Amino acid sequence: MSEPSLAIRKFSDLANPTRFLALVATVWPWLAGLTLCLFAVGLYLSFTTVGDYQQGETVRIMYVHVPAAWLSMMCYTVMALSALGTLVWRHPLADVSAKAAAPIGACFTLVALITGSLWGKPMWGTWWVWDARLTSVFVLFLMYLGLIALNRAMDEPTRAAKVSAVLILVGFVNIPIIKFSVEWWNTLHQPASVIRMDGPTISGEFLRPLLVMAVAFTLLFFTLHILAMRNEILRRRIAVLRRHAARSAGGAA
Amino acid sequence: MIALLARDLKLSVRAGGGALIGVLFFMTVVAVIPFGVGPDLNLLSRIGPAILWIGALLASLLGLDRLFQAEREDGSLDLLLMQETPLVLTVFVKCVAHWVATGLPLVIASPLLGLFMNMDEVAIGATTLTLLAGTPAITFIGAAGAAIAVALPRGGLLVSILVLPLAIPVLIFGVSAVYAAIQDPAPFLPPFLILIAINLFFAVLGPVAAAAALRLSSD
Amino acid sequence: MRLVAEGLSAKRGEDLIFQDISFEIPRGEALVVKGPNGSGKSTLLRVLAGLLPAETGTAKLVAAAQPVERLGEACHYLGHRNAMKRELTVDENLVFWKAFFGDFSGGAGISVDEAVESVGLRGIVHLPFGYLSAGQQRRMAMAKLLVAWRPVWILDEPTAALDASAEAMFAGLVTTHLARGGIAIAATHQPLGLEGVRELRMTGFAGVGEAVW
Repeated sequence: MSEPSLAIRKFSDLANPTRFLALVATVWPWLAGLTLCLFAVGLYLSFTTVGDYQQGETVRIMYVHVPAAWLSMMCYTVMALSALGTLVWRHPLADVSAKAAAPIGACFTLVALITGSLWGKPMWGTWWVWDARLTSVFVLFLMYLGLIALNRAMDEPTRAAKVSAVLILVGFVNIPIIKFSVEWWNTLHQPASVIRMDGPTISGEFLRPLLVMAVAFTLLFFTLHILAMRNEILRRRIAVLRRHAARSAGGAA
Repeated sequence: MIALLARDLKLSVRAGGGALIGVLFFMTVVAVIPFGVGPDLNLLSRIGPAILWIGALLASLLGLDRLFQAEREDGSLDLLLMQETPLVLTVFVKCVAHWVATGLPLVIASPLLGLFMNMDEVAIGATTLTLLAGTPAITFIGAAGAAIAVALPRGGLLVSILVLPLAIPVLIFGVSAVYAAIQDPAPFLPPFLILIAINLFFAVLGPVAAAAALRLSSD
Repeated sequence: MRLVAEGLSAKRGEDLIFQDISFEIPRGEALVVKGPNGSGKSTLLRVLAGLLPAETGTAKLVAAAQPVERLGEACHYLGHRNAMKRELTVDENLVFWKAFFGDFSGGAGISVDEAVESVGLRGIVHLPFGYLSAGQQRRMAMAKLLVAWRPVWILDEPTAALDASAEAMFAGLVTTHLARGGIAIAATHQPLGLEGVRELRMTGFAGVGEAVW
């Protein structure tokens, strides 16, 4: 009920939807262009580096798989920050941001799962292994789908946003616990880790294309995200216009 | 607060209360497993603890959606929200009542079902103990899901979908504690203590999130 | 003690339901909120009870017997639904609410038996609430207002589904409450049968919210 403080006012003004739309209009072609360039470079590098002598050509899947997995987590972090924005500063753009990010995050997670599975077939000889990493990504995927389902089940956008924000934060707090428990579970049942992906085992040759692809994927996410936010804002504007039309037609007021 | 606890317990045993439905569901789920995997007693005794845990997990999710929805439908939720008593505490007490009415019967029924699964005494004891320590956690985190879906017409199914991924750690540590008790090399205490830690953590997180969701979704 | 509301406005979804509503009610007086269906009476009452956030403005209790953080703590809210459990007996329902509410300082609630007596339904407290007729259920919901002391009563269509004698009984309850130094706010179509009350007229739909969009 209290008046927002000056600092928050300023922040609100800066991020008001109309200005945000103008910003998106100028920024997105550049962002999209940059993303395309990086993808071109990244894909070129991915296909020109020599294959790993153990894994052969299949190692190239990594250049899609790892960035997608990284984004599946970053996207949830973006959603958690947006959820904080919704609950603490009650900023309408934060609602839009969280809602727009969920399907994108789900897509990246799905890409990570599919590429992981494709990679697993030649490596492990099976499409799916209950490996700790894959399993936690799968759980993350389920959480994304749950969030999307919740958002779709509520008809009133502002309330849906607030309630989803609570769920997003609960999920965010839980992700480390889930990750930890899945790893515990995995060491119990399947002691030998099949592939180690952390630092020292990756040589510089693989690292370069991987980094470029990671940046390209990140930019792709931001491009998609701001465009999805723009669509959501426009959708809400249309809803408001329709309400106006309905009210004025009745002659009430 | 005692009054709220007593009221919720009374409600759960009166007509329309869900206390026994949960146990019935639990028993039915466990009873159909042998039809699926075959009556091999060795196999059953090996997978028994896991089956009991999964059955208990599903059964404790069963009645959760009514936790706040029933209060909302008759207008009581408004009055609970208005009081000076912190809402978190009110939610916590409701969770405790719900667990006593639906979770505790599951724990009590589990030794009997353990016999059906051809489990030995140690396994039965360990399963009962871990269920006792783990099912409150499911109720607490489930309360957050129930509060989030309180205003939805078909909230029941959604509550399960939202809560199950969050309940995975409880399942993992519950089951691994049981297996640690029956298989020699692994120690029982570490997973069991982690299970209790998760329980305590959810006892805070669940009511806090549920209270926030209830306030935000009142209309 | 006074109830002061300043510049209240509230939204439901994207619709601005009312705008810039201010009033002040001193102790011992009642405010009747009038207006056609959908004019925002219920929304106003829910904002006062703290069940809906106000878009702008504040409502507070000035010089109350104990400091109140939220106005809702000092209020009884009688909404469209009775907030009683059908499976429990009337007595169990009322005993629960009496214990759960507790008294606000500056007054004390009467016992369950006396409260049931005041709404004129003695002798059926042992029945499950679900067995009562709609009118009896509403009266029992009113008895709930009496078992714990709250200085402010917020009443949403309190006498809908009641006959004339019950209306008179209810007017009596409100009058007694005001005489004890309470405050009442009621949204209603019917005259409540109260003497010399203030009136607030709600005109209705205030426009689609000043769009952030």
